[in-house]
Amino acid sequence: MSQTTRFGPSGSPAPALDVDALLDDTGVGIIVCCGSGGVGKTTTSAALALRAAERGRKVVVLTIDPARRLAQAMGIEALDNTPRPVTDVDDAEGGHLDAMMLDMKRTFDEVVESQASPEKARLILENPFYIALSSSFAGTQEYMAMEKLGQIHADSVAPGGDGRYDLIVVDTPPSRSALDFLDAPERLSSFLDGRFIRLMLAPARGPAKLIGAGFGLITNAMTKILGAQVLRDLQTFVAAIDTVFGGFRARATKTYALLQADGTAFVVIAAPEPDALREAAYFVERLSADHMPLAGLVVNRAGKAPSGTLGADEAMAAAGRLRRDDPSSPTAGLLRLHADQVRLVEREQRLRHRFAAAHPQVATAVVPALASDVHDLDGLRRVGDLLSGG
Amino acid sequence: MTDWPEVRLHVVTGKGGTGKSTVAAALALALATEGRNVLLCEVEGRQGIARMFDVEPLPFEERRLTTGLPAHGGKPGVVHALHVDPESALLEYLSLYYKLGRAGRALDKFGVIEFATTIAPGVRDVLLTGKVFEAVQRNSRNKGAIQYDAVVLDAPPTGRIVQFLNVSNELAGLAKVGPIKSQSDTMMTLFRSPRTAVHLVTVLEEMPVQETHDGIAELRAVDLPVGGVVVNLVRPQDLTPEQLTGTAPEQIAADLAGVGVDPEPDLVASLVTEGREHAERRALETSQRALVGELDVPTYELPRLPQGVDLGGLYELAAMLREQGLA
Repeated sequence: MSQTTRFGPSGSPAPALDVDALLDDTGVGIIVCCGSGGVGKTTTSAALALRAAERGRKVVVLTIDPARRLAQAMGIEALDNTPRPVTDVDDAEGGHLDAMMLDMKRTFDEVVESQASPEKARLILENPFYIALSSSFAGTQEYMAMEKLGQIHADSVAPGGDGRYDLIVVDTPPSRSALDFLDAPERLSSFLDGRFIRLMLAPARGPAKLIGAGFGLITNAMTKILGAQVLRDLQTFVAAIDTVFGGFRARATKTYALLQADGTAFVVIAAPEPDALREAAYFVERLSADHMPLAGLVVNRAGKAPSGTLGADEAMAAAGRLRRDDPSSPTAGLLRLHADQVRLVEREQRLRHRFAAAHPQVATAVVPALASDVHDLDGLRRVGDLLSGG
Repeated sequence: MTDWPEVRLHVVTGKGGTGKSTVAAALALALATEGRNVLLCEVEGRQGIARMFDVEPLPFEERRLTTGLPAHGGKPGVVHALHVDPESALLEYLSLYYKLGRAGRALDKFGVIEFATTIAPGVRDVLLTGKVFEAVQRNSRNKGAIQYDAVVLDAPPTGRIVQFLNVSNELAGLAKVGPIKSQSDTMMTLFRSPRTAVHLVTVLEEMPVQETHDGIAELRAVDLPVGGVVVNLVRPQDLTPEQLTGTAPEQIAADLAGVGVDPEPDLVASLVTEGREHAERRALETSQRALVGELDVPTYELPRLPQGVDLGGLYELAAMLREQGLA
């Protein structure tokens, strides 16, 4: 981290994020793209992955929910949890690109199957609590993205692996909050390690009298609210999952450590909107608190600053004068667009400067809004150019 | 005149980044007229309402938020706000329906509350929607509570909305009988009735329009009533595509000079470029608008406010929603 002297929260713009240097750094084996929903995470991670591959890296991108046509262009329409080669990638530099769309439930099932005996695995996979946990628990998707990341890293990147990849780019799930990605594994494992689970397991483990009066009280209350059948399903689930639980916790810890290692770089994605930048700020603070390596911030969809010196108010005034003479004056319409654009850009700059003032160390790349959606490799290449300041 | 006179519960969903919270807030303002009481609920723990209206973070308690948008020459109503979190909702539910006493505290101590609200499948959603349900259809045990004329729910995003509202289905695999089951069945009766409408917010871009399309199909598949589509952040349209791209630089320079603006080449070039790019985006919007038109539901349009949405902007948007008949 660079040492900068600051005198109060100046409006000085942030240092530029050198995207190509990041992609070319062979010491970086994992790039995690995170940010709140709707800021262009999926497109940015795909663009980073493609650019890295065309600069000679051996890349796999784990994506969560790409736009249909983009998925088609990348050849990952089928959600089959296996990395597939992306065709039409320029391999002149010796790189290649695979892409994979994450199937959360399948990943979870695979973990269970690898940890438990076939008989026990079946018991777990059929339990209604497990089905709900593996498909709808807020956080499972985040946990599974990390699980898959850990798997691919161990199989193909880490020493002793098959060496198919030297860079994994991860797109994180569209969470309510960007922090969910970091918190989910902890939440899942603290749940599996929690008092409640201990309580549920108690009768299976020892004489009830050791548990005391508390247990009877709880089960009676729960039976009253949920009904006895729910409680039985729950106990079955808990007992079964407990046996694979040790594995879960150990893996979550290992993946977390992987994220903290030097070979990982986090890229925080935001749009120039108050909510998205607030999320980005939380995330930046959280990453530094958890000693996670932050590469920088990407601000997508920025308005393009108009040239010329005409301010918004003057433009509106001039448009008004033109309309007095000719209500349908096209120049008046263009002046109004200009005024809107000036105001938009001013507002975005204010927001970005505020962020930069609070987090002066965060290198930033600003990507202008594109006039149309990205749904092919050329579109991704254009985004890649813009990311690296081209 | 409103298109939705029967609706008491307006559920507002949309893809992330489309501005569904803004639309929900504007709709609440628009509904609060003629002394009506409207409740604006949020369930995602974001405190977005507090930020939009610039008030202290909201507790799990109905609070008077602001005055609604008055009708022409009429008097306004009142918008109240409620931030629903599942832990408080569960504790309230337990104390309202069960006299649990010591067991209630024990539940908390043993992490049951945490379990129920974070991981027990479907329970979190049932608790959140349960509280919203109670606000629409007041429980007689909730003494002295305000009777609302309308409730607006700033709901989870489109991708989760069916799961969120279809609570009885989510619980079906778990609780086949018992009090939670009958509670969720009663809730579904309201959610499926004409007194509920699920509005979807979109912007005129490919992904959000596709998600809106899918969302409507999913809602219909489980008999949840689809309301309107609110097309948000629409670009200004006072120029035709020909005017945007076909106005000669010389003409622009002459017009500028005519009203005393220095026609510097940079400015003229910038106006030409802005016109062309705007035309490109508009063309994309037009093709997406055609797709929205095929959805066969009432649509409402809100403009992109260049300075962002502040409190004044919310009232402006509310006025447009009312004018178009969403409220």
